[in-house]
Amino acid sequence: MTAVEDRPATAGPAKEVGQARARKEDARLITGRTAWTDNMVLPGMLHLAVVRSPVAHAKLLSVDVEAARSAPNVVAVFTGRDLAEEQGSIPCAWPVTDTMVNPGHPSVAVDEVNHVGEAVAVIVARSKTAAQDAVELVDVDYDPLPVVLDMEQALADGAALTHDHVSTNESFRWIFESGEAGTGGSTDEAFAGAEVVVSRRFVQQRLIPAFMEPRSTVVQPQGDNFTMWSSTQVPHILRIMLAMTTGIPEHKLRVIAPDVGGGFGGKLQVTPEEVLTLLVAKRLGKPVKWTETRSESLMSAHHGRDQVQFIDIAADRDGTVRGLKVHLLADMGAYLRLVTPGVPILGAFMFPAIYKFPAYRFDCQGVFTNKTPTDAYRGAGRPEATFAIERIMDELAVELGMDPLELRRKNWIRAEEFPFTTVAGLEYDSGDYEQATRQALELLGYDELREEQRRRRESGDPVQLGIGFSTFTEMCGLAPSRVLGSLSYGAGGWEHASIRMLPTGKVEVVTGSTPHGQGHETAWSQLVADELGVPFEDVEVLHGDTAISPRGMDTYGSRSLVVGGAAVVNAAQKVVAKARTVAAHLLEASEDDLQFEGGTFSVRGTPGSGVSIQEIALATFAAHNFPDGVEPSIDADATFDPVNFSFPHGTHVCAMEVDTETGMVTIRKYACVDDVGTIVNPLIVEGQIHGGLAQGIAQALYEEAVYDDDGNLTTGTFVDYLVPSAADLPHFDTGNTVHAAPGNPIGAKGVGEAGCIASTPAVVNAALDAVRHLGVSDILMPLTPERVWRALHQGGDGGDRAPAGTNAYGGAQTETTAGVSTPESRLGGDR
Amino acid sequence: MIPAAFDYARPTTVDEALQALAAGGEDAKVLAGGQSLIPVMRLRLAAPSMVVDLTRVTELRGVREEGGDDGALVIGAMTTHSDVVSDPLIAQHAPLIAQATETVADRQVRHRGTFGGALAHADPAGDLPAVALALDAEFVLAGPGGRRTVPAREFFVDYLTTALAEDELLVEVRVPKLAGQWGMHYEKFNRVAQAWSIVAVAAAVRREDGHIAEARIGLTNMGPTPLRATASEQALAGAVAGADAVAEAGPARRRGNLAQRRPQRQGRLPCASRPGAHPPGGQRSGRSPDVGVSRATRELVHRPGSRRRGVAGAARHRADRPLHARRRPGLGHR
Ligand SMILES: Cc1cc2nc3c(=O)[nH]c(=O)nc-3n(C[C@H](O)[C@H](O)[C@H](O)COP(=O)(O)OP(=O)(O)OC[C@H]3O[C@@H](n4cnc5c(N)ncnc54)[C@H](O)[C@@H]3O)c2cc1C
Ligand SMILES: Cc1cc2nc3c(=O)[nH]c(=O)nc-3n(C[C@H](O)[C@H](O)[C@H](O)COP(=O)(O)OP(=O)(O)OC[C@H]3O[C@@H](n4cnc5c(N)ncnc54)[C@H](O)[C@@H]3O)c2cc1C
Repeated sequence: MTAVEDRPATAGPAKEVGQARARKEDARLITGRTAWTDNMVLPGMLHLAVVRSPVAHAKLLSVDVEAARSAPNVVAVFTGRDLAEEQGSIPCAWPVTDTMVNPGHPSVAVDEVNHVGEAVAVIVARSKTAAQDAVELVDVDYDPLPVVLDMEQALADGAALTHDHVSTNESFRWIFESGEAGTGGSTDEAFAGAEVVVSRRFVQQRLIPAFMEPRSTVVQPQGDNFTMWSSTQVPHILRIMLAMTTGIPEHKLRVIAPDVGGGFGGKLQVTPEEVLTLLVAKRLGKPVKWTETRSESLMSAHHGRDQVQFIDIAADRDGTVRGLKVHLLADMGAYLRLVTPGVPILGAFMFPAIYKFPAYRFDCQGVFTNKTPTDAYRGAGRPEATFAIERIMDELAVELGMDPLELRRKNWIRAEEFPFTTVAGLEYDSGDYEQATRQALELLGYDELREEQRRRRESGDPVQLGIGFSTFTEMCGLAPSRVLGSLSYGAGGWEHASIRMLPTGKVEVVTGSTPHGQGHETAWSQLVADELGVPFEDVEVLHGDTAISPRGMDTYGSRSLVVGGAAVVNAAQKVVAKARTVAAHLLEASEDDLQFEGGTFSVRGTPGSGVSIQEIALATFAAHNFPDGVEPSIDADATFDPVNFSFPHGTHVCAMEVDTETGMVTIRKYACVDDVGTIVNPLIVEGQIHGGLAQGIAQALYEEAVYDDDGNLTTGTFVDYLVPSAADLPHFDTGNTVHAAPGNPIGAKGVGEAGCIASTPAVVNAALDAVRHLGVSDILMPLTPERVWRALHQGGDGGDRAPAGTNAYGGAQTETTAGVSTPESRLGGDR
Repeated sequence: MIPAAFDYARPTTVDEALQALAAGGEDAKVLAGGQSLIPVMRLRLAAPSMVVDLTRVTELRGVREEGGDDGALVIGAMTTHSDVVSDPLIAQHAPLIAQATETVADRQVRHRGTFGGALAHADPAGDLPAVALALDAEFVLAGPGGRRTVPAREFFVDYLTTALAEDELLVEVRVPKLAGQWGMHYEKFNRVAQAWSIVAVAAAVRREDGHIAEARIGLTNMGPTPLRATASEQALAGAVAGADAVAEAGPARRRGNLAQRRPQRQGRLPCASRPGAHPPGGQRSGRSPDVGVSRATRELVHRPGSRRRGVAGAARHRADRPLHARRRPGLGHR
């Protein structure tokens, strides 16, 4: 207690919140000295290998597994027919309309395959090698059906069908009209009265989440109980869904997500392979492991984006926006997975962005194609919306002859107008777009770059310079359960936390937000250290195991700190309240006379008195001297369900060099200022922004999942699916403004997706700004040198990429893909 | 990611290696650094019955000089890319090789991948074939009947196809020393650090009295084999060493350069390179050789000697013609 006495009353201990603490989980994550699922070895464990369809659409005439069954060390082989009774359908938790068509999603195909990579049989063997060898021995007879790949063709009359047993390729049509919702005027009237209308068609290419750790699942049966380890973002959701899908009672199933090496939405899923591993373990009564290869991952783990966006914007000549119309075609792929149809709907409310549109219409069709299903990918719906609005604002500016920033400024919500209810019905919480923009321009060195751009234009430099903006906002902290309910989402959005005070004064924090690399352990420790006044090092954060963390909604949608962190803070405050009662008893004082500071309760005006919360933990454990009628525990639980989303915003500015001779684009400078509310840990915020920027820039410049005419993924390896490395990215000049979020006790808004949502349009706008004077008004993403060159020298938007991949691993030089090689892809597309 | 089973031999001399290769028959494969072979085996796009591993054949490693100033550098086939990058003889006599090798993949790959393996693999997108061609290297092949020497122009026969017979080994590559005042540069055009060349140009220019006395230009990934830009070379010869001559020699000579494409000899060619298809690197793709040639040579005129390029990362690879074709979801069918 002496330390407490000596401390001058004024200088409290340094606050943890706001400190750039190095992440406590990183040493083990970076060195790999931890329990990844694939590291698990159990006695007698068997290994799964999945036989996958090489055709995009076909009837299964026969699946002959006899040779595989008798191969050395093979224990069993199961086909769709063998598991048809038990496997149910992969659940879709988001039926966005009452009439949504869901064709059902068997984990292993029974009668029909609907995309390349779909499981047709599983091999179970004593070693991974034996299982893999036997894959070659399965003989499948496919009767090909027409392949549906293009959304616009899929919706045309007389189009071939993605599923033989479903009479349409349209899964749903979801419409929002501000005139009808009462959140704004009639869109048709607004357009009729406007002086200018600009219409564009944008394409959100298909992306692959490409998390670093491939998926892996281990299941151990024990009596009628099952424990599943899986590399998942959502152990809690997985447990419920597996119970509902397989009929294994929920209380007989424990799901553990050990350390997980990334997800980006790609592991927000109930995967066919998780179901299969569980069913096989149940059948055989033995532990079973499945770990995918990178090729399987790229081909069969769900993809993201893939929308065609028809955007119309109406405005007056002075730049005042009058209305916005959005017609989306969203590619579901072949099946509906966990939130497949919900992803475009998450974007529905974000197209109006930070602008004061008086009228808004959103009309979305979910379309089936014979491709890998799509689902959440970092940002899920919001990057698509942000891209469309930030691109169309530039197009409108060009049409009006206005500076793109002036146009934005004229229409955005002003700082004094918060909270502001948008035409989509959302109430934006706080922010200052002007301030963020001003700071971002300074960080970029805007004026000099504009000057250089002018010089290069005048001199006809082969390397042109452009500057692009994205003044974005997003809705995150996926939470308000009632709102999710009103959108027909199958679950709530609350989050749970509990705090256990151990006898030695150490603290266990149990969180329902299961991290997969974000740094929750560090941020939560900082929050608890402040609330309880205990050292950062004395806090341990537990997560990811349904037996340890019984309630939770896991990590996605930039919700963890905003919802899960808030639950932790609330639980900590409950602990302090309980401890106060005990402290009053021990100090023989009234609770009202106690102050709590730096972890110690003391009687106001009585220096030297005091008992720390860590001492109270021991006293509670002993419970020898406890207030009457009070149960001997100061542990506490909290469940937090905010009433609104939170709305981070920011201004991202990209300066881009475009080499007009080669079509090569190079980011010259990138500056962004984000408002993510209160910053708990600047290092983590910076890290999340950097990672997000990398992914958003990658959509603009590098990544695209390409299918050939037969439905083969020709970007099936990292040779063809270009994920950038640090060497390919520029330095990022980042900054923050801080407007605390009013909706949670921390004031945080969420940062997990911001960089990814904001950056893509800034990059594309910058490239277009560099070459617009040369007659280019759009280039399809990603901006490959080939596309940029073609747009410059042949006009148009650069055109589709050749389906042929590189000839790496035979990817392009196959009978099929060589046959479709175009003049543009002679040696394999954009290698 | 588990290859099919195969037999394995690890000889310690060239003779033993040749015997193992002969014993293995037509499905035997030589393993050098494994950076091209092992990935295709793991994907089961190749399934050799026998793998002859050269890593213990020490006589194939290292760089030595032969003859005097007009002699040659002799680079052992098993010399790794990283040894090439740091070799003093190469730095002195053929810096172009070191410069191009530095753009190959990443440090890890360069520690295992070999000079000979990259040339024997003959990937037209590989960086070393065009360099070997530009430097008029000679390839020493050993077979059951002894050794023979093949000039670079004859070594690269077709897409992933060389003059090596099934029972032959590439043992060393002789690079003639260049006399006079040479500048060399390798210009690589790729999308991300890990990616292979979309196109690249290897250029070497000898200057005399402010004029270009001789130019040698090799082109990467503009055809099924590496190419020499002979027409540009001729246009440069005798010109004043300056940007103008370079600008002239690039675009004006495109047709001539492309006419240097080797006649197609055998096998089914990738569609793109079939006779009658558009000329590789032609006008429609943005994969324009002109720009590359101008830039590579412009670089030389301005800054003779070799410019170091940042370390290029890696993650890309390509297949041998698969030995055993199988249908493979996600990799296209065969
Ligand atoms: C339906 C849906 C599914 C998605 N699925 C995923 C996904 O599964 N995986 C994925 O990577 N992406 C996913 N996204 C995208 C999103 O990128 C993730 O949610 C994000 O990666 C991490 O989420 P989070 O909830 O932890 O984010 P946040 O709560 O924004 O936090 C990210 C990390 O930063 C820290 N942090 C946040 N704000 C602060 C602050 N103010 N001060 C200090 N630290 C802070 C947090 O402690 C946390 O560790 C999804 C989006 C949607 C809409
Ligand atoms: C990630 C990655 C990125 C890469 N990026 C690039 C790049 O940017 N540029 C580039 O040029 N290369 C690149 N490479 C390829 C690299 O240069 C390899 O080293 C080279 O292609 C093969 O060399 P190796 O020694 O590994 O040969 P191996 O893979 O062992 O063999 C390749 C082929 O050559 C045959 N072979 C090998 N040695 C002999 C011999 N002595 N005699 C007869 N036949 C032989 C083998 O049988 C096999 O068919 C990359 C490789 C990787 C893995």
